Amino acid sequence: MGASEGQKRVLLQGNEAIVQGALAAGCRFFAGYPITPASEISEVLSVRLPQVGGTFIQMEDEIASMGAIIGASLAGVKSMTATSGPGFSLIQENLGYACIAEVPCVVVNVMRGGPSTGLPTSVAQGDVQMARWGTHGDHPIIVLSVSSVSECFSVTIKAFNLSEKFRVPVIILSDEVVAHTRESVILPQQSEIQVFDRITPSVPPEWYKPYADNNRGVPDMSAVGDGYRHHVTGLVHDERGFPTQQPKEVEQFLNRLHSKITKGFNEIVVTKSFEMEDAEICVIAYGSVARSAMRAVRDARAQGIKAGMVQLVTLFPFPRKVVDSALRQCKTVVVPEMNMGQISREIHRVNQAGTRIIKHNRIDGHLITPNEILKYLLKV
Amino acid sequence: MKNNMRYEIRFSGSGGQGIITAAVVLAEAIGALDGRNVCQTQSYGPEARGGKSKAELVVSNGPIDYPKALQVDLLLAMTQAACDAYFFDLKSDGLLIVDSGLVEQVPTSRAVSIPFTQIARQQIGRELVANMVALGAVGYLCGQVSMENLEKALLARVPKGTEEMNAKALRAGIAAAMAIDLSALPRSIVSDWESEL
Repeated sequence: MGASEGQKRVLLQGNEAIVQGALAAGCRFFAGYPITPASEISEVLSVRLPQVGGTFIQMEDEIASMGAIIGASLAGVKSMTATSGPGFSLIQENLGYACIAEVPCVVVNVMRGGPSTGLPTSVAQGDVQMARWGTHGDHPIIVLSVSSVSECFSVTIKAFNLSEKFRVPVIILSDEVVAHTRESVILPQQSEIQVFDRITPSVPPEWYKPYADNNRGVPDMSAVGDGYRHHVTGLVHDERGFPTQQPKEVEQFLNRLHSKITKGFNEIVVTKSFEMEDAEICVIAYGSVARSAMRAVRDARAQGIKAGMVQLVTLFPFPRKVVDSALRQCKTVVVPEMNMGQISREIHRVNQAGTRIIKHNRIDGHLITPNEILKYLLKV
Repeated sequence: MKNNMRYEIRFSGSGGQGIITAAVVLAEAIGALDGRNVCQTQSYGPEARGGKSKAELVVSNGPIDYPKALQVDLLLAMTQAACDAYFFDLKSDGLLIVDSGLVEQVPTSRAVSIPFTQIARQQIGRELVANMVALGAVGYLCGQVSMENLEKALLARVPKGTEEMNAKALRAGIAAAMAIDLSALPRSIVSDWESEL
C-alpha cells in the first residue's frame, strides 16, 4: 500500500500540485491571504500543513504574510506564501528584506489580468518584469515559471531547493490557466525526490559569523534559537550581521549577493527544447503559452515547416545561453506573451545575430491559441 | 484512438448549474481511474450565480499540449444562451446534447435532446442534480469512459450524504442516453468521405 501510493495516478489542479510539491520539498510553514486565482493553495495547505506538523496562518494582508514567512525561515522552517497581482505588489516591500538578509523562502504568484484588481478570474503574464525588479535596490532573485500540473509539482521542489542552496527568495510565476487546469498525473514517490536543506554551521557558536563568505559564496545559516548569535537587519551588514557603511565591506557584501547567483547560473537555469534539432524558425515561450506554442510547432511540422520551440522554465537569471543559440540557429524567433512584451525585450537584449524577433501580445484575458502562433510560423 | 488524437468535450450552461463539477467528475473518471491523459479547464466570471459557465475536457492517449478545446467533439448545452455562445466550434460530425426543457432552438439537426432538468425533478425530486443526469448522458454517449469508473468518481467528488441522490441521477442520465439511437442522426458527408480513404 505505502509503496504503491506514491505512484497512483491522480487528477490535480495546478494549485494543488504546487501544494504537493511544497510539502514534498519540506515546506512546513505557510502564511498568506487568499486571492483569486491563488486561493486553492491556501485552502489546501490549511488542511494539509497541520496534518504533517506544519503551521498555516491566514494573515491580515500580504505585507504581513511575507514578514511571517521570513521569520519562520529564520527559525529554520522552510516557508512559502502564495498570492496574485494585487498581493504581489504588497509582497515587494519585505521581499527586498529577504534578499538582503539572505532568507530562503518561496513566493508563488498566480498571474491574473492587471493592473490593479484588473481581471480577477482571467489569465495574464503581466508580472514578469515585476518579479525581477519589483522590490527596490539592485537585488539578485530567482524567478521560475510553470506551464503544466506536473511542472507545478517539480518546479516547486526546484524552487525550494534553489532557495535553500543559495539563500535567496525564489518566485514561482504561475498563471490562471495553469493554476485551475486539472490534469491526470503520476507524482514521484518521496524517495525519488531530491531535497536540498540549507547548510547549517559546523563551527561552535562562539566562532560563528552569520554572514562570513566561504567557497560557495553562501554563508552557513543557523536557525534562531539554536544557540548561534544571528543578527538580522535590512541594512547593509558586515560578516557579523551588523550594519556597516565601510565602502570595502559594502562592496564585498553586495558583490557576493550577486555573484552567488551568477556562479550558480548553470544549476539555476532550466529550459526545455522541442523539435529544435533542425529548426529554422522557433517560438520562445513560457507558462501556459508554451503549451499553445508546442501545439503550433506540431501543426507547422505537419505542414512541412521546420519549426521548434524553446520553453523557458527559469525566467531570471535570464537563460541567455540557450536563447543566444536559438537566435543564432533560427532566422526568425516568435515570442508570444500575455503581456505587452516583457520577455521579448530580454530576447532583444541578447540578440547579437540580427535575428528577426516577432512579438505576439495578447492582453484581453484569454490564453493565446495555437493558431495565433501558427500564423507566424506559416508565413516565413 | 491514435496517440496524438484528441477527443474534446465541452460542458456549458449557467453559473450554479454545476457545470464545472460535472466536468471534474468526468475528468477524474477518465484521468485518475481509467488511466488516460486528460486536461480539464474552465472559464467563469466573478459572479457565483448566473452568467455563462463553461468547462472543457481534452482526452488523449498521448501527452496533451494545448489544454483547452480546439475543435469540440461533444458539446453539452444546459441553457439556450450557452448553446448559442459555444456551438460555433463544434466539429461538423460532432455531437450536440441539450437539455430539451431549456434549449428550445437547437442549431443543428445533429443533436440529442434530453429533458435533464425534468428528469432530475421528476425522478430524483431535486432539480439540483440535473448536472449529474446530464453527466450520465454525456459519459455514455461520448464513449470515452467506463460507466463503472464514472460512478466511482462521482461518489468520491460529491458532498457526503448526497452520494445516493447523485448516483441515482447519474444512472437516470445513462438510462435516458441508452434510449438514443446515434446512428439515426444525420452525418456529415465530409467525414464519411474522409473515413473511406
